[in-house]
Parts: sequence; C-alpha cells; structure tokens
Amino acid sequence: MRPDTVVPTAAPTAGRNPAPHDETVPHTHPEPGVDPHPPLAQAGRALRVGIGGPVGSGKTALVAALCRAFAGELRLGVVTNDIYTTEDADFLKRAGVLDPSRIRAVETGCCPHTAIRDDIGANLDAVDELAEAVGPLDLVLVESGGDNLTATFSRGLVDRQIFVVDVAGGDKVPRKGGPGVTSADLLVINKTDLAPMVGADLAVMDRDARARRGDLPTVFLSIVGDPAAGRVADWIRHELAHHAAVHPIAAPVGPA
Amino acid sequence: MRAYARLVARADGRGGTVLAELRGETPLLLRQTPGSGRAVTVYVVGGAAGPLAGDDLRLEIDVGPGAAVRVHTVAASVALPGRPDVVSRMAVRAVVHDGGALHWLPEQLVAAAGCAHLAESRVELAAGARLTWRDEVICGRYGEAPGGAVVHTRVDYDGRPLLRQSLAVGPGAPGWAGPAVLGGAPATGSLLVVDPSIPHETAAVEGTLARLPLAGGPATLWTATAADAHTLRDHLDVEVEPLLTKVE
Amino acid sequence: MATSSLLLLLADGRFPAGAHAHSGGLEAAVAAGRVTDLVTLEAFLAGRLATAGLVGAAFAAAAHRAVTSAGSAVRGSTLALLDAELDARTAAPALRTVSRRQGRALLRAGRAIWPEASFDDLPSTPGGAHQPLVLGLLCAAAGLSRAETAAVAAHGTVTGAASAAVRLLGLDPYQVQALLVGLASRCDGTAAEAARAADEPPERLPAAAAPLADIHAEAHATWEVRLFAS
Ligand SMILES: Nc1nc2c(ncn2[C@@H]2O[C@H](COP(=O)(O)OP(=O)(O)O)[C@@H](O)[C@H]2O)c(=O)[nH]1
Ligand SMILES: [Mg+2]
Repeated sequence: MRPDTVVPTAAPTAGRNPAPHDETVPHTHPEPGVDPHPPLAQAGRALRVGIGGPVGSGKTALVAALCRAFAGELRLGVVTNDIYTTEDADFLKRAGVLDPSRIRAVETGCCPHTAIRDDIGANLDAVDELAEAVGPLDLVLVESGGDNLTATFSRGLVDRQIFVVDVAGGDKVPRKGGPGVTSADLLVINKTDLAPMVGADLAVMDRDARARRGDLPTVFLSIVGDPAAGRVADWIRHELAHHAAVHPIAAPVGPA
Repeated sequence: MRAYARLVARADGRGGTVLAELRGETPLLLRQTPGSGRAVTVYVVGGAAGPLAGDDLRLEIDVGPGAAVRVHTVAASVALPGRPDVVSRMAVRAVVHDGGALHWLPEQLVAAAGCAHLAESRVELAAGARLTWRDEVICGRYGEAPGGAVVHTRVDYDGRPLLRQSLAVGPGAPGWAGPAVLGGAPATGSLLVVDPSIPHETAAVEGTLARLPLAGGPATLWTATAADAHTLRDHLDVEVEPLLTKVE
Repeated sequence: MATSSLLLLLADGRFPAGAHAHSGGLEAAVAAGRVTDLVTLEAFLAGRLATAGLVGAAFAAAAHRAVTSAGSAVRGSTLALLDAELDARTAAPALRTVSRRQGRALLRAGRAIWPEASFDDLPSTPGGAHQPLVLGLLCAAAGLSRAETAAVAAHGTVTGAASAAVRLLGLDPYQVQALLVGLASRCDGTAAEAARAADEPPERLPAAAAPLADIHAEAHATWEVRLFAS
C-alpha cells in the first residue's frame, strides 16, 4: 500500500520542526497534511526498509543520517551488503550513530542484486541474528551493495524500499527510469548541494520523477545540509505507524 | 608378510608405567628404550625396508588408566611397490583409558613411486584420556612422483566421533596435488592433540600451517603442507615439544 | 523419469539457498595465487569433487536414507549421529560454521517450499544442521531418489566454485562450462560412489581430507574484506 493511501493510525500531535532543508529545492511531500511526528505504535516485528541505489549515491550516508534521526526514538538494526571495510565501520563509529553490535554485514559473492532480490536467505539470516542478539527491534535498515539502476529488493526481504540516486550523475537519472527509480516506495534524490556545481537542473529531475513514478513520493535531499535526513525519517515514521497497524504486537510474531 | 604386534601399558602404582605386554614379529618389532619420567618409550624397529605391497601389519596399543606411552619409529617407513594389484597395509588400533596418555610420534610415511599403501588408524579415547597423534606423508622419494597412499585416521573421544580423515595421494586420488588439496606440496601432515586440561583454543593460520580446534572433544588438530619433510616437521614440532615435556 | 524436473530445480544454482555467496574455497585459493586460469581451476575442481564433494554427497545420501528408510523412531538419532560424524570430518571451524550456515539457508527455503515436510528430525545443533543433511531431507521431500540426492550434492560442489571462478577471475564462461562438461562423468561417478557409501554405518562414510581446504578456509575467515562468505 502506498503512503498516500494510508489512513494514519495515530492522531496528529504537535511535533518538533522537521530538520532544516533548502526551500529553494523543489520536492514533493511524502505525506501532505499529516504531522510528521505522531507517537509511534509498536509493531510485532521490525519494519524492514531496503535502501538501494547506485554506488556512491549516499546510501551509507543516509543510513547514518537515519541512525542520527532515530537515536533515542527507535530500536534500530542495520544490515549492509557492501564489502565490509573498517573504513565503513569507523565511519559509523566516528559518526557515533549506531553501536557496532547492531550492524551485520552480508557477503554477496559479487552478486549484490542476487542477495537482495533472488536469493535473500543470507539477508534474512542477518535480520534474524540482529533480532536475536540485540532485539526486539522497531526498524531494520537493509543497505544494498552499490549496483546499477535495475536492482530492487524482494518483498520477501523488506517491507518498504528507498532508492537513492544523486544529482552528481547529472539530471538525466530519473528520466532513464529502471525499476528502482520507477517503483521504489520512496525515491531520494541526494546531494542537491552539488546541483549547481554539476549543472543538474532539479526542476527537470522533479518533473521526470513525477512522470516515472506517478503518485509515489520523491524527496530531494542534501545530507550535508540535513545530517538527520528529516524528510526521509518522517516518511519512515509514517510507514512505521502503518506497519504497526498491520503487524500489531498481539499478532503471531514472525522473524524480526 | 603378515605381522601382528601388541603393546599393553599399565600404571605401576608408583606414578610410573609398566609394559604388561610387549610383543611383535618381523617386520613389526617393538623395543622398550630406557627413559625417565612417567611415560615408557617404545620404538617400532624394522620398518625401514617396507612396507612392501602384500605386507599386512597390525599393531594394537592399550594404555590403562594413569599409564603413559610414547611410541616412535626408528626411521621413516617407505611404502614400496611389490606384487601388482596388491596393497600394503599398516593398521593401528589404540585404546586409551581415563587418565592414560598415548603419544604416537612415528617418522614419516614415504609413498614411493608405484606403491599402493593403506595406513589405517583407529583410536578410542575414554573421557579424560590424552593423545598426541602425528601423521606425516611424503609424496615420493626425492623428485619422484608418488604411488598411491591413503592415510585414514578415525578417533573417538568418550564414545563420540572426534576426527575422521582420509588423506589420499597419488594417481588414484583425483586432484590430490592440485590447489584444493595439497597445492603441489610434497609433504603434508597433521598433529592431533587431545588433552582435557588444555583450555579451548581458537583457530589460527600461519602460511600453510593451521591450528584447528575440533568439535567433538577437547582437541586441536594442527595441519600443514610443506615443501619438504624437514619443514613439515618444524611446523608440527613447534607444537608438540611443550606438550610432551609438560607432563611426562 | 517423473522426478527429473524436480531434480533440475534442486540442482539449479538459482535455487534460493545462498549458493551465489559461496565460492567453495575458491576465493582463498585465488588469493593465494594457486588458481589463476582454466588449468588450475580444473585441478581445483577435481580435488574438491574428490574430497568435499564426495563427503558432502555421501552425507546427503545418508540423510536421505535415514528419513526414507529408517523408522521414524530412529530418524532423529541417526541424523544427530550423522551431524556429529560430519563435524569430525570438518576439522576447520570456519568450514563447520559455513556448512551450518548453508544448512540454515537451505532449511529456510525447504520450510517455505515444502511446508508439509518434516524437517523437525534434524538435530537442533547450535548454528543449525550441516548443509548436506538438510539437502538430504529436502531432496527426500521433493521425492528424489538417493542417487539423485547424491548427484545434486556433488554437482553443487563443483558448479558453485566454477561460477565463483567466472566472477573472480573473469574466465571465459564458455570455457568454464566446457570444463564442467569434461568433469561431468567424474561428478556422476562421485555421486554414485556416495550413494553406495550411504549404506555403510555413519562412522564408515567417506572422510576424504583436503589440508589446503582447511588452511585456506581459516585464512579466509580472518579477511577484513572478502566478496564471498566462504
Ligand atoms: N556533497 C554531498 N556529498 C554527499 C551527500 N551524501 C553523501 N555524500 C558523499 O558521497 C560519498 C558516497 O556516499 P556513501 O554514503 O558512501 O554512498 P553509497 O555507496 O551509496 O553508500 C561520500 O563521500 C559521502 O560523504 C550529500 O548530500 N552531499
Ligand atoms: Mg554504502
């Protein structure tokens, strides 16, 4: 179900302001008319959100931003499908965003798309292991290995998926389409701060994304400008509320 | 030739070990050598000229509670071809009771060109028994391609399977010299140490020597490949000496 | 044969049991400079087939036998014994972990695909049962024969490493397939030997050892960066 068809389960309450963002940047609102911070109902198992997109588009940076956004608010786990380097781990540690015990790395045998789409057992194992080791969890973020525009997550692995592209590759990426751009539950166009430098026209990207995605939401983001990725975090909060409604705690608990 | 030998060791009640039985027949003769400490030392002599195809040698070892035995051979045993289509066999069957210790430290087995040899060992350890068990195989005499040799080792600890391994080299063993098995190394061997008093160790690798803690009991297997017999022994000796001097 | 489509499904590398993430020791052998081309790959595959391939196929066949011909009362204890016997044949802890991990992945697929099949006879070893045991039960659930079960197992040990070689070394995929075609009859022979061996008591099942496989596996497990899980 798409976010714009969801009836919020909790009454809107006054929340803090969304993280600052550049109002000159065009964007679509993931959830018009709904306050981004309703108190979250708890779900019987963690919401799993896949974060896919090409290498270097900012997936890990987004994971780190979301860890910041949800610190003290949600019980979080992260599964990565990247080649695991100390640099990455150090990055997350330095950022102080997540305890290393809450991160699991999956080896993908040079087939990052297979591990998240065709043969998802190792990722499901990692999600289960996280739940056993540090659970229960509210949210598990699964970062795909950097791939091309065709890689998407299996619905058997994640409940929702975010596709991250950046403006540095030029403004033609949304126009090119591909399953990630056209069908991800949320498209994030990242590094808007670089748009002037690479001559990317954000209005063109916005128009193309709308044409490709119909009613599906798109968010423009600069993690440099918004280190807690406020709009993406808000979208996840909304999805969590919906998830809690369809997976209440009383329901039989599946693997987290 | 067929030969049968038997060694039975018992605690002497004064902290030492006596040989309650020690018998053999050519070419499998056993000699006790004088030594100090709790363990008795026994040499297998007469192995230098064989085994030849057709030989069928059997050795039984029984180490009683509190007894300790070290077994050596005087020289490498060189498995040689004999009559066609006939194998040579060396079967060792050992039982070590609770509190007993067996250190099986023979010289290398050399698989000479054309040989067809089967070395089979079966060891039963009671809970609380200790074991040091060395197997070394040299694939051919100098510069020579080996015949067929299989070294099969089966060890149980406290009634549970501890180690089963069967190393096959030579023309009958596909890929044996290739990168999945020996990687062209002419010497390979392992040292099994079973000792309930040794704290559990983690696995470790250095070059082509690995320390592998086993699943079925308080045991570690060192396994190595090497360019020659001396290097192999260096690898495995590093580990064995402290163990032997520790108690005996 | 009525079961041939199922045989093909289970032997297919695309069967979702995580095979794509395992190189069967090849990644470490490549890093050690021991596998560099088609010739060394062929030697690697032949050695792997004769060691891990034979042992895995024999245990898959023995597990198949345990659930298809043993009385339900002894199934659990037979499988537990097979699991311990396979532990004793897997000296390297890294390889034991990998085998159990692959067993879990296969079991996940098995439970989802054959929900009515009984996988509860498998031992509840920490980390899960060894992969060949799970494979034996999965093949039994699919109605495959013991010989077919051994064939699936033997086939998997060579094709997994071969496809890893294509990815790691950039070898010509046609030539690698040709190499697998050349190994096919040997693979069948290994499967037949494994299926026969399954009639032996568990302690007498094949125990073919490969020192470098153990050594490489432990080295690989310590790597900071690796592309394959094994
Ligand atoms: N200028 C700018 N750089 C960013 C932004 N987001 C990420 N980056 C940088 O882009 C590079 C790649 O990001 P990373 O998250 O590792 O990409 P991944 O491969 O998709 O995980 C890193 O150097 C990040 O610091 C952004 O919004 N603006
Ligand atoms: Mg990344």
